[in-house]
Amino acid sequence: MTHRSVLRGLLFASPWIVGFVIFQLVPIVASAYFSLTNFNLFQDPQFVGLRNYQRLAGDELFWKSLTNTLYLTVIGVPVSLTAALCAALALNMRVRGQSLFRLFVFLPTVVPVVAATYIWRWLLNAQYGYVNQALGTVGLGQPLWLDDPFWTKPALILMSLWVTGSAMVVFLAALQDVPDMYYEAAVIDGAGPWAKFRYVTLPLISPVILFETIIASIFTLQYFTQAFLLGQTRLNAASGGPENSLLVYGLYVFQQAFVNLNMGYASAMAWVLLFVALAGTFVLLRVSRNRVFYGGD
Amino acid sequence: MAATETPRVGIGLPNANSLFRRRRPGFLAETVLRYGVLVGISALYLFPFVVVLATSFKPADEIFSLPPRLGSDRWTIDNYRAAIDAMPFGRYLFNTALISSVTVVGQLLSSSIVAYSLAKIRWRGRDALLLLIVATMMLPPQVTMIPVYIGWSKLGLTGTYWPLLIPQFFGSAFFIFMLRQFFRGIPEELLDAARVEGATDLRIYWSVVLPLARPALVAMSIFAFMWAWTDFLLPLIYINDPEQYTLSIGLYSFFSEHGVEWGALMAAATLMSLPLILVFLVGQRQFVRGIALTGIK
Repeated sequence: MTHRSVLRGLLFASPWIVGFVIFQLVPIVASAYFSLTNFNLFQDPQFVGLRNYQRLAGDELFWKSLTNTLYLTVIGVPVSLTAALCAALALNMRVRGQSLFRLFVFLPTVVPVVAATYIWRWLLNAQYGYVNQALGTVGLGQPLWLDDPFWTKPALILMSLWVTGSAMVVFLAALQDVPDMYYEAAVIDGAGPWAKFRYVTLPLISPVILFETIIASIFTLQYFTQAFLLGQTRLNAASGGPENSLLVYGLYVFQQAFVNLNMGYASAMAWVLLFVALAGTFVLLRVSRNRVFYGGD
Repeated sequence: MAATETPRVGIGLPNANSLFRRRRPGFLAETVLRYGVLVGISALYLFPFVVVLATSFKPADEIFSLPPRLGSDRWTIDNYRAAIDAMPFGRYLFNTALISSVTVVGQLLSSSIVAYSLAKIRWRGRDALLLLIVATMMLPPQVTMIPVYIGWSKLGLTGTYWPLLIPQFFGSAFFIFMLRQFFRGIPEELLDAARVEGATDLRIYWSVVLPLARPALVAMSIFAFMWAWTDFLLPLIYINDPEQYTLSIGLYSFFSEHGVEWGALMAAATLMSLPLILVFLVGQRQFVRGIALTGIK
């Protein structure tokens, strides 16, 4: 019986298992092999040992792209998750029309990424854009968002604030799971709004915050489309933006693989990314061990 | 989060009592403050839409005005005409709809049957498989992207839709996880009743579980549809012939050639986003539920 149930289980799961072997397992092994070769798609791969990895260590653009991506992960992820949490807190207030406000905040998240990026290229236009217009009205500086290498990544982060809808919904669900009695108890103890947030809400939703941080960090390490389109100058140029300030890791892999056809070199880059992602997740889990509260029940 | 739940006339004020368990001093000020915050946030998120629409309906010479202004005396639909003339919009729409529909069908069939195996068949190794499936979500696509591309290229299938469509029939880790979460909530008794009557697993999957899981299947379909609709990287890699462009790639190439024609570009961005916004408005309940089930968009 157990034998047959295993067989049935595997049979029903077979679409994914077959797909995993064809589209992930074999490619992973192949990618590890390619990373040890020179391979331009038209000739057979030429084994070169660890030379690609040695070349990476001395490749300025590799370090630049890694720094750019880490910038977006280390600064961008906390900023956008904080914004999502603030929005969720506001949208959790009990008012009439609550659902309508939630809809408004979520709507940008469904705009296709290509359309959204061009919309922001227009909003961030240094001269005619509304962002600088608004900054000027309140007497702030008006950066050259898309031309000044210092400001291109903040521009990307600003864009990401517009599409925080999914994190916002997850936080909202977590906020609604906090039992009312905890707040009532806190009020009896004389807690104000901030104390309630700091000592009730935050500990209780901390597992969700950790989960969202890991997910958002993994996605940010793979970041490609927004940077590609924000730095885009002409068709298929795969430009890294002013002084390669938009050359994120995924974009550099794309350049090496599909523009320069350095498939071996790009595979080595992909493997470095995998290790960065694993190390990052490990560090996050380690650091958060004492700060995340998993409820007793 | 239903759009139909619009606030009643006189937003909350006359009936505000019912909203609060006890009427506290200063509740009116608090209500006003709450609405102030929510209206402010909504305005921030909605403003880009206003700019896009305004820009798309303005004559070219009014778009570059200093300071930028939203209004116009000469609203026009010329930008929409220009956008549709400059690119075969109908063709792109058809291509995108085709890819998105096939994606939905493929994922519906494959992800649901794998989820059934993980949620409703008891077999040894099932938990290990679930762990493996979830772990693959962390794998950066860059690692597999290059070997998979080489594979398709060896088969002579780059430049066709097959590399975008075939993988959809092997399930996706995210959808499998999402459906599995939902399937687990379907009471075992219902399945047992069918088993007593001698129904096979295939039969139970098809006639008991799938009909009961409609909300989750709808949510999955919306996700699959939206992701396929907005996907950029895969079509960018695999599609070369302008006849085969999707809306994402079409808009990208349009921007490459007509960069500064913001009116037409915003019109095109609007046309591209509209179907998705409609899909979202119709299915938002299930969509939001899907995010809450899995924690990811």
